Amino acid sequence: MTTGLQLSRDKLLEAYRRMATIRVFEETVHDLFESGALPGFVHLYAGEEASAVGVCSHLDDDDRIISTHRGHGHCIAKGCEVVGMMKELFGSSEGTCRGKGGSMHIADMGKGMMGANAIVGGGPPLACGAALAAKTLGTGKVAVAFTGDGGSNQGTTFESLNFAAIFKLPVVFVFENNGYAETTASSWSVACGDIVKRAPAFGMPGVQVDGFDFFAVHDAAAEAVQRARTGGGPTLIEVKLGRFFGHHEGDNQSYRGKGEVEALRRDHDCLHRFRKRVGDAKLLGGGELDAVDAEVKALVERAVAEARTAPRPAADQLLTDVYVSY
Amino acid sequence: MARILSYRQALSEAFRQEMERDPTIIMLGEDIAGGKGAPGDQDAWGGDMGITKGLIGRFGEARVIDTPISESAFIGAAVGAATCGLRPVVELMFVDFMGVCFDQIFNQAAKFRYMFGGKARTPVVIRTQIGAGYRAAAQHSQCLYPLFTHIPGLKCVVPSTPYDAKGLFMTAVRDDDPVVFFEHKLLYDKAKGDVPEAPYTIPFGEAAIVRDGKDVTIVALARMVHFAQDVATDLAKEGIDVEIVDPRTISPLDEETILDSVAKTGRLVVVDEAYPRCGMAADIASLVAEHAFDDLKAPIRKVTPPHTPVPFAPELEDAFIPSRARIADAVRSVMRA
Repeated sequence: MTTGLQLSRDKLLEAYRRMATIRVFEETVHDLFESGALPGFVHLYAGEEASAVGVCSHLDDDDRIISTHRGHGHCIAKGCEVVGMMKELFGSSEGTCRGKGGSMHIADMGKGMMGANAIVGGGPPLACGAALAAKTLGTGKVAVAFTGDGGSNQGTTFESLNFAAIFKLPVVFVFENNGYAETTASSWSVACGDIVKRAPAFGMPGVQVDGFDFFAVHDAAAEAVQRARTGGGPTLIEVKLGRFFGHHEGDNQSYRGKGEVEALRRDHDCLHRFRKRVGDAKLLGGGELDAVDAEVKALVERAVAEARTAPRPAADQLLTDVYVSY
Repeated sequence: MARILSYRQALSEAFRQEMERDPTIIMLGEDIAGGKGAPGDQDAWGGDMGITKGLIGRFGEARVIDTPISESAFIGAAVGAATCGLRPVVELMFVDFMGVCFDQIFNQAAKFRYMFGGKARTPVVIRTQIGAGYRAAAQHSQCLYPLFTHIPGLKCVVPSTPYDAKGLFMTAVRDDDPVVFFEHKLLYDKAKGDVPEAPYTIPFGEAAIVRDGKDVTIVALARMVHFAQDVATDLAKEGIDVEIVDPRTISPLDEETILDSVAKTGRLVVVDEAYPRCGMAADIASLVAEHAFDDLKAPIRKVTPPHTPVPFAPELEDAFIPSRARIADAVRSVMRA
């Protein structure tokens, strides 16, 4: 199995590109939302990039993932197109979901992205279904359910863990524990303390990783995805991380500790850590990464410029695509 | 030559024929075979009503999947698998159990196509039992199809005869949208009729005119269609000529056939075993009031249970279910008006 530090230069650059894209996309959405340009609600993934990218770097377009309300990062990590995503956030008819899904429901089946999902705990049963289809059809594909610490306490999640284990489904349950379900601390809401401790109760391997470290996530996911692909059944991964923004934009975050976010940004930025690791190991140079940063910034700027003037849905779009046929 | 099958036999035949036709159809549910992991018989039950008996022997456990009692997991898995190339038919044993898994049906399956801008298909069929009269009381006897009909994105099928059960199931399993298929538990053995052996489909959104008549239109569903037929036979002796319309699917609903019938008879009685508030009887009454008010010679009458849970004591349950006598009284009352 290739560890993260054994990845080719191209793969490392691509991982960095996706993480940086998520970061710039989310920082930009933060500003856009604050300026009043975006309707609705957005839940930002900044700070958690290493998790989505570390996991999705093992997947191709035919592997499926399902996400949460905090889904932009999973979309980008899975290869969804950034300009279409930005248009979707604006509600344009050229958006990924033609303006009918919005931030909380972005999906791109062609990329194996089964959707952000605005129901906490809604995703794990669906990921079991994707895995069941892969197993039944013998495609060798896997499914990944991204869930938060809040979703880890849902009955749907418990059912899915058991269901996946008894059928040995090719699925990986990734619990991104960012410490808070909205405002409620996971240190309080998870009775056994660590979500990973639940894995043995459901008869599956579990591993807890540092979610600020791309390489830690990458290597844990490599093993889990390989286990799923080779008939070894499900794995539970608890990724410990933190979000740079609130639950949603507009959240005053008064429940967080004094200086907590500043310390996260200063000491636990997954992009900084990535740069240091690949620099120390002399795998990539700072100039190459700076060039990626510039490309990403330009891409997101173009996405915003296009999204601001993108076509709006025609009135008759209200009534279309409720059914395939009716 | 007529081939008389029960509703149960018609459904079993439809399942078998469709699974033979299309290898991407799988079945999931609690005890749909039975005995999974147990020391005794496999295929011990074939579903709690025996409707899926024999399928596991024919199609194997990769396609006929007994699940734990985890409705969110296995209905959600059916929904997820439907977006990934399978056509799952999943059994929610009693519709009353929807409370533990409804999110996967109404927020997930029903909404993918719209939320994702038309870029998803979710061809899943959710089979479930409805109906009172089994002495099973409040949590195993309801007709909750109005709750599903309320949700855009779901199709709702309520067959009343063996012929319709087979043909509508075949349509359901070939359909690319999520379909909820409601089977009345008292019809499995009591409803019998001619069913062709060769596969056939019945389009959704086409009501059946079960009986032609000129005086009063009765719109009824499932078991109530049979009650309406009994009442119509009796009232013919009083000179009242009843027309009976069975919508067969309530989403989509064949509004045209209902309105045409009322235009002809000028009188409407809606009979429904579901609760009266926000139900199909109210829905159909409002349809006619809005679009055919000028055709009406008498006020619309609804015959439904009271707004109560289903009781256990047999005499109370019998009083809960719309009776032939109440239906007949409603018809007579609109004839007098």
